[in-house]
Amino acid sequence: MSTATTRATPAPAGSVGTARTRVEGRDKVTGAARYAGEVPFADLAHGWLVLSTVARGRILSIDSGAALALPGVLTVLHHGNAPRVDVDFVGLLGTRPDPTCALFQHDRVPHMGWPVALVVAETSEQAREAAETLVVQYEKEDHDVAFSAAHPDAYAMDGVMPAVTGKGDLDAEIAASATVVDAEYTTPEEHHNPMEPHAATARWDDGRLEVVDSNQGAGWVQGELAKLFQMDPSAVRVRSEHVGGGFGSKGVRAHQVAAVMAATALQRPVRVVLTRRQMFTLIGYRSPTVQQVRLGADADGRLRALEHRSLSVTSTVHEFVEPAAGVARAMYDADAHHTANRVVRLDVPTPTWMRAPGEAPGSFALESALDELAEGCGIDPVELRLRNEPDRGPVSGLPFASHNLRACFQEGARRFGWAERDPRPGLRREGRWLLGTGTAAASFPAGAAPSTAVATAEPDGSFTVRIAAADIGTGARTALTQVAADALAVPPDRVRVRIGDSDFGPAMIAGGSMGTRSWAWAVTAAAEELRERLALGSDIPAEGITVRSDTSAAVGALARKERHAYGAQFAEVAVDVTTGEVRVRRMLGVFAAGRIVNPLTARSQLTGGMIWGISMALHEESVRDPATGGHVGADLAGYHVATHADVPLVEADWVDDPDPDDPVGIKGIGEIGIVGAAAAIANAVWHATGVRHRHLPIRPDRVLAAGTGAPRA
Amino acid sequence: MAPSTSSAITLNINGEKYPLSVDHRTTLLDALRERLDLTGTKKGCDQGQCGACTVLVDGRRAVSCLQLAVAAEGREITTIEGVAEGERLHPVQQAFLDLDGYQCGYCTPGQICSAVAMIEEHAAGWPSAATDDVRPEAGPPSLTADEIRERMSGNLCRCGAYASIVQAVARAASAPARSDGRTGVAHTEETVA
Amino acid sequence: MKEFGYRRASDVAGAVALLGADPDARFLGGGTNLVDLMKAGVERPSHLVDVRELPLDDIEPTPDGGLRIGATVTNSELAAHPEVRRRYPALAQAVLAGASGQLRNMATVGGNLLQRTRCGYFTDVSQPCNKRAPGTGCPAVEGVHHNHAILGASDHCVAVHPSDMGVALSAFDAVVSYETADGPGDVALNDFYLPVGDTPHRETALPDGALITGVTLPPAPAAARSRYRKVRERASYAFAIGSVAAALDIRDGMVREARVALGAVASRPWRARAAERVLTGAPADAAVFAAAADAELAAARPLPDNAYKVTLMRNLVVAVLTELAEDGTRSAEEAAR
Repeated sequence: MSTATTRATPAPAGSVGTARTRVEGRDKVTGAARYAGEVPFADLAHGWLVLSTVARGRILSIDSGAALALPGVLTVLHHGNAPRVDVDFVGLLGTRPDPTCALFQHDRVPHMGWPVALVVAETSEQAREAAETLVVQYEKEDHDVAFSAAHPDAYAMDGVMPAVTGKGDLDAEIAASATVVDAEYTTPEEHHNPMEPHAATARWDDGRLEVVDSNQGAGWVQGELAKLFQMDPSAVRVRSEHVGGGFGSKGVRAHQVAAVMAATALQRPVRVVLTRRQMFTLIGYRSPTVQQVRLGADADGRLRALEHRSLSVTSTVHEFVEPAAGVARAMYDADAHHTANRVVRLDVPTPTWMRAPGEAPGSFALESALDELAEGCGIDPVELRLRNEPDRGPVSGLPFASHNLRACFQEGARRFGWAERDPRPGLRREGRWLLGTGTAAASFPAGAAPSTAVATAEPDGSFTVRIAAADIGTGARTALTQVAADALAVPPDRVRVRIGDSDFGPAMIAGGSMGTRSWAWAVTAAAEELRERLALGSDIPAEGITVRSDTSAAVGALARKERHAYGAQFAEVAVDVTTGEVRVRRMLGVFAAGRIVNPLTARSQLTGGMIWGISMALHEESVRDPATGGHVGADLAGYHVATHADVPLVEADWVDDPDPDDPVGIKGIGEIGIVGAAAAIANAVWHATGVRHRHLPIRPDRVLAAGTGAPRA
Repeated sequence: MAPSTSSAITLNINGEKYPLSVDHRTTLLDALRERLDLTGTKKGCDQGQCGACTVLVDGRRAVSCLQLAVAAEGREITTIEGVAEGERLHPVQQAFLDLDGYQCGYCTPGQICSAVAMIEEHAAGWPSAATDDVRPEAGPPSLTADEIRERMSGNLCRCGAYASIVQAVARAASAPARSDGRTGVAHTEETVA
Repeated sequence: MKEFGYRRASDVAGAVALLGADPDARFLGGGTNLVDLMKAGVERPSHLVDVRELPLDDIEPTPDGGLRIGATVTNSELAAHPEVRRRYPALAQAVLAGASGQLRNMATVGGNLLQRTRCGYFTDVSQPCNKRAPGTGCPAVEGVHHNHAILGASDHCVAVHPSDMGVALSAFDAVVSYETADGPGDVALNDFYLPVGDTPHRETALPDGALITGVTLPPAPAAARSRYRKVRERASYAFAIGSVAAALDIRDGMVREARVALGAVASRPWRARAAERVLTGAPADAAVFAAAADAELAAARPLPDNAYKVTLMRNLVVAVLTELAEDGTRSAEEAAR
């Protein structure tokens, strides 16, 4: 029974492009928003993972007796009693699963911190004690965790892109160049460390498996769990309403699989939450890289030669490549242009995507090298980049869908006061601090993936949009509300967007800077069709009027082009070479990153990426002991991420840059903020001190050792 | 005789009494989240290294992950659920909401509780590591952006919402807080360019 | 974490009695280090005696012009106290440079002195460690020792003491008071921490079962102009890779009295007596400051990956002494006006 007729009245002005506070903001500031480990379940049991203490070997025995005898302990799962899972499949993203999530399937230990058992108890205190009590005997084998450019087992590996590209005669072009840069850059092992640890609660509900999880794609995790446990996908439901950060780490991981196994064994709800320390070996990480860059240019700065070779690490159980050498393929052309991504397999956990995989470390090397070239050529670093703007894809030969890097540099340079900069290094001093400024370019692919959405006109005049999107802090829930409102031509307060539930249908994950664009496309398609349907003027029945969309065909029809977001990063630093301290004083990023749906949340996301750049440039690094093969100091005191005090005023802005082929004009802004940021800081450190820092992070000991490059008195 | 490993206690949280029996190993954080359904307080590291679990204990900010629940008996605990006055958000909460002082929201309750207490600490004249001259003759430091950054550094935000958090804290510190009308100092508007 | 008993003490004698002779019992102060170590499995107490409500939470001037600081005074209260800030500003600065606002509100003065090293091998029970498990070895010597000791270490342990507060207390000749079942006692802070030798698990001179009741700072006029500088791998909320607490009394360009202590270089706050000897009676100039730093660091025995600390500490000592000399000049000029 309904009488409301929603003949949508056009909103006075579009919501897209206007600043709106987050729709779930009140819940987040009052503590009402419940994350995965906070949804209550009756009769909940707690699981605690036990990880290997050797880096390579075999489990000889697991003695559960003492653990099972402790009060409250319900079961101990391990390779001797766990159900079999299937890993022979290709998942939503076209990749095979990392066998790390195939828990307890064999006795092999391929790296330190490999999950060997799960202890389940009535309380988390009991589970933790029992996990400590568990006696696991190993047959230890020699391990190899030593990552270096000279490792003999390195090989070229395709990932999301071909491993190797090449054109032209490098040696000849280098020889003909007026200025040459030939340098090696390294970046360390880095960890996502979202504030919310991975957490999942699994339970069986009337024959259906329900998993309340923290992830970047409820449908993605649902699909993979169904395949792992050989279930019909419709028999699995994954919910993930609020997610405390992901950055690439929140897919199918050990915690969900362990929770499902235990919930099945015990036939009661089981929650598994990773500890911070466990997150260093169980959720993936960014591989360290060693990158060689060779640039050769004419006297006017035009590139004749560009070579970028990157080596990263992967595990012995799965292939993953950090494609750091890919960034040059879209950014700069040269007569001779060669890039290669290689990996070496070591006895370490499998790396994974971490915010701007490839571009983040790759841009550090390439954009540092460009700065060195600018110095060598005597050309302003901004001008050097503008002189080398390609007119089509340097490797693909494809046209650019849009290419607004120049506008970013011009606007950024104007606002940052770049024109007043004296290019000579080591001249500016303020007390104990040497001051310098630096810049770097940024780019990140702009893509879309098929998604489905459901839009319902409710009898009360409101609208409900359902899509298995994930808001991992991006503001997606709010952005999609604005997009839906505009497509429906109603104010946003009449639209309720529900996300984070696999029952809402297949959708892209929050990843690759593609989430909001992909979802917005599907939401727009459903909402526009719904608006057209409503325009016919029919009454709305009690169950509402529902329209479904699927963008598979539309996304598939996108012409092949070079599609990227761009940005110009500027940083000012202060360096005390007598103590090695480096402080970033200000940062400005100007981006061409498609249409900005919500300036308020977009600015947060872009500055957040830039702050990741500060953290990457100066702080982040996990340290592995070659002897044990494991980390030392694997926690947030040992692994430094930037604190408030490390982050000065950081500003992000953008130029008008709507994507010509997207219904809303979106490109994606999740990752571009970090790209180039570390290079801008490193280049500023050079400008302050006169010394190049080619190894991240730029730690005090490195700054002390490098000094100002001047001979000691 | 082995000592008992659990105790019946009463916790005083947000002005309410919560009687419960606790395993002595239970932290205040786990008692809040697992036993009392006060899940606004977040567990980020469980080691005192991130600040996500910040609550107020007797009005002072503290990390609840290193506070044993049994040792919290007799103390007045305020969690994020007790910061607002009914439906009216605390100025710090309102400023976080208005200025987008968060992204994923997981560190947010800790940031807010920390900021609420930090503003009080500053009002009481406490110096910080950012204070040039800590001698009392130098007078109380003004709450500059750098003072806020140092004082809030016990709260990590991995999303990198620091820039807007600092603005939110500055705005809240300069606004009349709660019913006592206490005010902080005006915040400084910084710009990059 | 295994189960444990819990008792709350209301007076000092009662606390000592509750602990009794049980070697596995521990006093619980703020818990910021102990509870963390219990979670890591490093500490596995049989029972805890909560001492935070003991009447040891005052800071009182002593008749001779010093200060007596109760053991349960929190780090925050210590750093905020006007007399601490007036008489021993480096102590306030040191405390403020440590941890975070939250942790300083919880941590007590007594607990700060007894905190354990943050060496990553010590806190990982799957690894050998002579300090945690005597006789198992020290993997840091050959392994990860980027932030380990350059002074006073041995092949058995190269861990550093993490306290900032202790560095300033060392410079100011603090005396630690304690209570045992047999009565009270005192030990100078500079004798409080035992040499590493081959017994790195034996860390302090406290008798078994002793409860720290307070710290006394003797009068130190030079301390009124003192500074603490800390270098770390991010701007805040991180342990030091090097720190200096120092005070200079300069008259007519000559150093009458010098106090220098170093942090994050040894298993204890490192009182720089050799540097003080060079400084005392010498002109307050750059050459003397450098000579003082060099004299102290001559004994440094760095490992391959922490040799940077020798340079860092030399520069830091010179920088802090230079700042103190400038402070002195400035205040002399102000006095003259």
